Amino acid sequence: MNRTELREAVLATLLSIAPEVEPDQLAGARTLREQVDLDSMDWLNFLIALKERTGVDIPEADYRKLTTLDVLVDYLATRLGA
Amino acid sequence: MSTNGWKVRPQIIRKALSQSHVAPNLDAAARAAFAWPAMRRELLGDGPEDWNIGRLAADRHAAGPRASRAALRWLPREGEARDITFRELRLASNRFANALAGLGLRKGDGLFVLAGRIPELYFGVLGGLKAGLTVTPLFSAFGPEPIRTRVELGRGRVLLTTESLFRRKIAPILPRLPSLRHVVVVAEGGSGGVLPGTRDFAQLMEAASDEFDGAPTASEDRSLLHFTSGTTGTPKGAIHVHGAALTHYATGKFALDLHDDDVFWCTADPGWVTGTSYGIIAPLLHGVTSIIDEADFDAERWYRILEEQAVSVWYTAPTAIRMLMKSGAELARQRRHPRLRFVASVGEPLNPEAVWWGQEVLGLPIHDNWWQTETGGIMIANTAAMDIKPGSMGLPLPGTEALIVRRDADGRVLPVETPDTEGELALRAGWPGMFRGYLDQDERYRKCFAGDLYLSGDLARRDGDGYFWFVGRADDVIKSAGHLIGPFEVESALMEHPAVAEAGVIGKPDPVVGEVVKAFVSLKAGIAADAALRTALLAHARKRLGAAVAPKEIEIVAGLPRTRSGKIMRRLLKARELGLPEGDLSTLEGGA
Repeated sequence: MNRTELREAVLATLLSIAPEVEPDQLAGARTLREQVDLDSMDWLNFLIALKERTGVDIPEADYRKLTTLDVLVDYLATRLGA
Repeated sequence: MSTNGWKVRPQIIRKALSQSHVAPNLDAAARAAFAWPAMRRELLGDGPEDWNIGRLAADRHAAGPRASRAALRWLPREGEARDITFRELRLASNRFANALAGLGLRKGDGLFVLAGRIPELYFGVLGGLKAGLTVTPLFSAFGPEPIRTRVELGRGRVLLTTESLFRRKIAPILPRLPSLRHVVVVAEGGSGGVLPGTRDFAQLMEAASDEFDGAPTASEDRSLLHFTSGTTGTPKGAIHVHGAALTHYATGKFALDLHDDDVFWCTADPGWVTGTSYGIIAPLLHGVTSIIDEADFDAERWYRILEEQAVSVWYTAPTAIRMLMKSGAELARQRRHPRLRFVASVGEPLNPEAVWWGQEVLGLPIHDNWWQTETGGIMIANTAAMDIKPGSMGLPLPGTEALIVRRDADGRVLPVETPDTEGELALRAGWPGMFRGYLDQDERYRKCFAGDLYLSGDLARRDGDGYFWFVGRADDVIKSAGHLIGPFEVESALMEHPAVAEAGVIGKPDPVVGEVVKAFVSLKAGIAADAALRTALLAHARKRLGAAVAPKEIEIVAGLPRTRSGKIMRRLLKARELGLPEGDLSTLEGGA
């Protein structure tokens, strides 16, 4: 997956948890949880679903780094060697 | 280690006094000697009687040896910690009290506070209490609909919120909040000016005096209005009074074992009663430093806070503990917390496995305790000096009489004396922190009492040693991550969607959060159930209710089981969900 596809994968996963989100309203560099109403359970479900969709294993120790959309895409790209 | 699943452990964790380097506040002698009048003298001294919780919390230690101690140590999401001393807290809350008075607000008016865990929230709550307003902190993860319902029921006159919350949650419903006279907004630098129709928090504070002389407050004057959820109807606004400070003080001392040099961390959000009683009031009454973390749960961050802030007393919740357990012992062992000496938990029963996890991974067992929005403070607890029976909520605190009761054939409520018999958990009314009513719902309030017994709605049993054990709720209220969610509120929001004919909402058991909200909906004739519609329903519910209340799962069904009187049978939905026997169906619509 290239970066565009990864970004789409992240957004599609987010929409499966929080379908009220309007993707074009999201700022890539701002903390996602400040822009989207996600409780702790939503956040965990989002990361688990992201693992399933992309095949990238995301260790729990990395969860807290993954704050913004841009960071998530960078992280997945690095892990995939893309 | 319990890597191979099952481990046999003792039924009891024995405490030896030599284990603790601090003498527990509640030993057998203190238990025997306890009396409310003595507690009251300890809290109020011999001066003129003023029960104002705002002044007791913010001013009691603002002069003298603790004046320059951090009352609050605020940990922002990112960046450096900020200390707010007792002296500063007194002055800031004075300013906000003056600002409220300057806006024409008076004793008894409703102040709602909707904010994340930022210092302004604490100044707002304490300033509001000082000014004699009735204060309601709201959970910032509520969506617009739960906010609107509560502000309307509580006839909120003034709302304190932040710029982003105002934009996302208040602006769309402002025209439907007719009781509100003022909205005070904490700027976050996004608007480049004061939002139209609002007051800027910083400007109001700047213009207000930092000396405030409030009128003495009587113990029965209203202080806080906390909303809680029932099975049916609108949320209930539990009315609390300033005299509750005595319960906050006594329980801080005896259930949480607060000592003068403690660093205390209550992880609950002030939008819930735990976060107000113990995240704001109790530690301030005791003059100890409170840690306030702005960020949401994160295992690594939490262990770091325990270590770096040298937390000594920690009050958290089963959901958080279970999430820490999931993150593994290795992460825990990367940090040291030699000052940590007492860990307590509330919100829902703590499973024995979690109590033992504390012992094995943190080096300290976790002390479960029990109370409710209505009780105002901790009632039953495992305390520092007590042996713990993992899975039990502990023993009634001094000054609290707890009983197990049952109704007989004539409907009379009678105490159950036989140990290990299930019944409803009841408390002898009259402790200082007890709620004084449900706002505008006298009938519902009266239903909570039988004579002088408060009936909690929780089913429990008491063992031969007097320890209480939680069994379940007597009603259909959902308990998710320690918070009560009323199925009716969720059903009502779903019913507003044009495709929905009827909705039934249950709590589905979940290993981490206790229960998750699951909704069953049936559709209006001619509407097809497909994935797109289910997604649309979820989006609708989340927008109306917010993540904390909205269902996590929605199942579209052909029809919902109803009683002959037309009530949706949530219990039957739940039994089906769990694959349990469905029980007596004779009252079901159309027979069974």
